[in-house]
Parts: sequence; C-alpha cells; structure tokens
Amino acid sequence: MSKRISKNIFQGLLAITLVAGLSACTPAPIPNEINDPNEAGNRDTHAVNIDVDRAIVRPTANAYGTVIPEPVRNAIGNAASNLNLPGMVFNNLMQARFDDAAANTFRFLLNTTLGFAGIVDVATEAGLPARATDFGETLHVWGVREGNYLELPLVGPSTERHAFGRVVDTVVNPLNLVFGGMDRTILTATGVAARFGDRYRYSDLVDSILYESEDGYAQARLLYLQNRRFQLRDGAEQEFFDPYEDIYGGN
Amino acid sequence: MVETDKLNRRSVVAGLSALVGLAAAPAWAVSGAQAEKLVQSAVADINKIIASGKSESAMLRDFERVFSRYADVNIIALTTLGPARRSASLSQVAAYTNAFKAYFTRKYGRRFREFVGGEIQVNGSRSARGAVEVKSTAKLQGSAPFNVTWLVSDKSGSPKIFNIIIEGVNTLTSERAEIGAMLDKRGGDLNRLTKDLAKAG
Repeated sequence: MSKRISKNIFQGLLAITLVAGLSACTPAPIPNEINDPNEAGNRDTHAVNIDVDRAIVRPTANAYGTVIPEPVRNAIGNAASNLNLPGMVFNNLMQARFDDAAANTFRFLLNTTLGFAGIVDVATEAGLPARATDFGETLHVWGVREGNYLELPLVGPSTERHAFGRVVDTVVNPLNLVFGGMDRTILTATGVAARFGDRYRYSDLVDSILYESEDGYAQARLLYLQNRRFQLRDGAEQEFFDPYEDIYGGN
Repeated sequence: MVETDKLNRRSVVAGLSALVGLAAAPAWAVSGAQAEKLVQSAVADINKIIASGKSESAMLRDFERVFSRYADVNIIALTTLGPARRSASLSQVAAYTNAFKAYFTRKYGRRFREFVGGEIQVNGSRSARGAVEVKSTAKLQGSAPFNVTWLVSDKSGSPKIFNIIIEGVNTLTSERAEIGAMLDKRGGDLNRLTKDLAKAG
C-alpha cells in the first residue's frame, strides 16, 4: 500500500466522520448472548488454527521466549504497543472521545521520548495506562451492531464488526503516512515478535483453553465475547447472575 | 432461540427475587469493608504461598487450603453442574463436589505462578444484589495492569468468595460451560464425569 493511498483513505474517513456528525450517533446495544449461526464453519477454522498453533505458532513462541531474555521481550512488546498508539488516537478522535485521545497522545509522546522510542513504558509507571481502542470500537460507537461471532484464520476469535475494524485499522494506521519500505518491514516485524511474546507469556492460559479444555472452541468464544463486551462497556461490569438464587431459591 | 428464552426467563426470575432480597438484605448482607478485608487476606495468603518457593505439589496443597478457607466451594461446584444437579442423588452431588474441588484447585493453582512478583491492589467495593463486588487491579510483571472483580457473599453462613471476574471474563460462567461440555461428551452421565474430573485439570 503506497503512502498516497493510505493518505487518501485517511482523509476520506475523516471527512465521513465530520459529515456524519459525531454527536448524532448512539452506540450500538451490547448483547449478552452468543450469536453464532455459522458455528460449523467457525469450528472448521478453529481446527485449522489449532493445527497452525501446534505446528508453528506455539513452537516459535516457545523458542522466542527461551532464546530472547525477558527484558528484551518486554522492550519489544512495549515498542509494539507504543507504535499502536497513533492508530488508537485516530480512533479516539473518530469516537469523539477527546479525553482518551489526549491521554493516548500524551502517552505516545512520553514513551517515545523518555521511554527511548517506546521500549520503556514510562507512561504506565507514571499512572497513565493505555486506553486501548480500535476501529471495531469506533463502529460500535457509531451504532454498528456486533454482528455474528466469527473465528478468523490465524487471528482467532472475532465478530463481523471487529473483523471489519481490523481491516480498516491496518489500512488507515497513521504510521503508514510516515513509514515506508524497510521501516515498514521493521514495524511489521516488531508487531509479529510482540505477538509471539504474548503467546509465550500467556502460554499457560492459552494452552489450557486450546488443548486442555473439553470444548476449546466454546471456551475461546466465551472468553473473547465477555472480554470484548467488557472493553466496549468501558470496564463497567454487567449485572452478574446470583448463583445462590439459582441453587437455593425457588427450585 | 431457545437459549435466549431461557436466559430471559431466568433474569426475570432473578430480578424478582432480587427485589424480594433487597427488602431482606440488611439481615444477612456482608459489608463492603468485610468483603475487602477478605479479599486482601486471600491475596496475602496466595502471595505467601508463591513466595514460599515450595515444590509445585506442595504449593497446590497449600492453595487447596486457601481455596477452602476463602471460597464457597459448594456454590461454585453446584453452579457449574447446572441443571444436571436436579436429577442427581445427594451422594452423586457430594461426590461431584469433591471431584470438582480437586479439579478446580489443580487447574487454577498451577496458573498461580503467573502471579510471581505481581501485586493485587484493592480499589474499593459496592454492594450488588445481596453480594459485594470488590474491585481490584492486578499488576503483573511485564504486562499492562488489568481489572479483577471478586464477588463475596455470606449466604453460606460466613463471607466467602464465589466468583472472580478478570477483565470481564466470568470464571463461574466459563467453568459452567466447560463442565457442561464435559457432561455432554459423556452422554449426561454424572458418575463418569465425576470419575474423569478427579483426574482432569
């Protein structure tokens, strides 16, 4: 993708947002149930993802985790997170969440300068953790519904809305305006290395879902949907069911 | 969708019972301060186990003690069993509860090494439907801080933790889905599930 195309799409989206009028939007309702009409196809994709994980991702992540010392892995993870911030600020603006845009901008400036190009996360240590967002959330804020559950090849659990958002985030990443050629390759490599780092760090959790669970597909789906909806509710907890009522009451 | 109808009916029933419960609340409700203290004490005990440097099997034994002391094992086991509980005999349910406890301890106890060098900071609490939600932030080495909510109730007779929600992921819901899948795969045979559970995790 050339810088010029990125720039055009970027400007286009900005224009759409302005024309649509940010204040006119009501966020889409956040469902509680699982909406997975394409379960059979999703389970097929899941089976392929498991094969890929077993053959490539897991061994690579283990090698990465064993060979590269933890401080270096943390530095790479921090750098990759830092490079995601401009895209997040773009989405914060699209959502008209200017507080978050300011916080993430400040975070980016702090970590890029005092944090040596992002390898040290000084902002979190200073009490300014990332306010993660993406275009999937922007669509939610604009009133686009979640859509069906969708397991993506390689990426894993998603929804139709989140999957579309991922495509947009890749295309309109503001860093595309700055970096090209070799720089872009380093950028991508940092992101990929960080993902192997995550797979290694959370290997106990991921393994327990993918390999030890009786129905890993259903567990991954439940975990993703609960976590994603929690993020979209901005960390507010749902009403929890009361197990005491369920067990002792009325039955 | 049948499942949705069921959920709706359940939430209506639960909602009505909550209204009834609200009137009776002061009689048994656990206080926020009590619940926060319980969580803090559980976290301190878990940290002590991790710091002890014992072997994994010794740590799991210690963790089982912490689990019995702070968690309402009965309600967790019965909830994960779901509707199958109604057609089961008392001795079947008792055997299942025992097997579940061992399984749960192994499964989550082994994951506690992820907490090495980390800390959990309790941020406050609020009451919700006769229980207390204790909010905390987990700060683990090399990962961004995340939210952990502990649900505490004294409906068992003393204040106990009956659910933990990590970044929106409800442990009780996840575990109920897992046990449900295990039961389905065994044709609904609770005795077989109990036997396999004693080895699983």
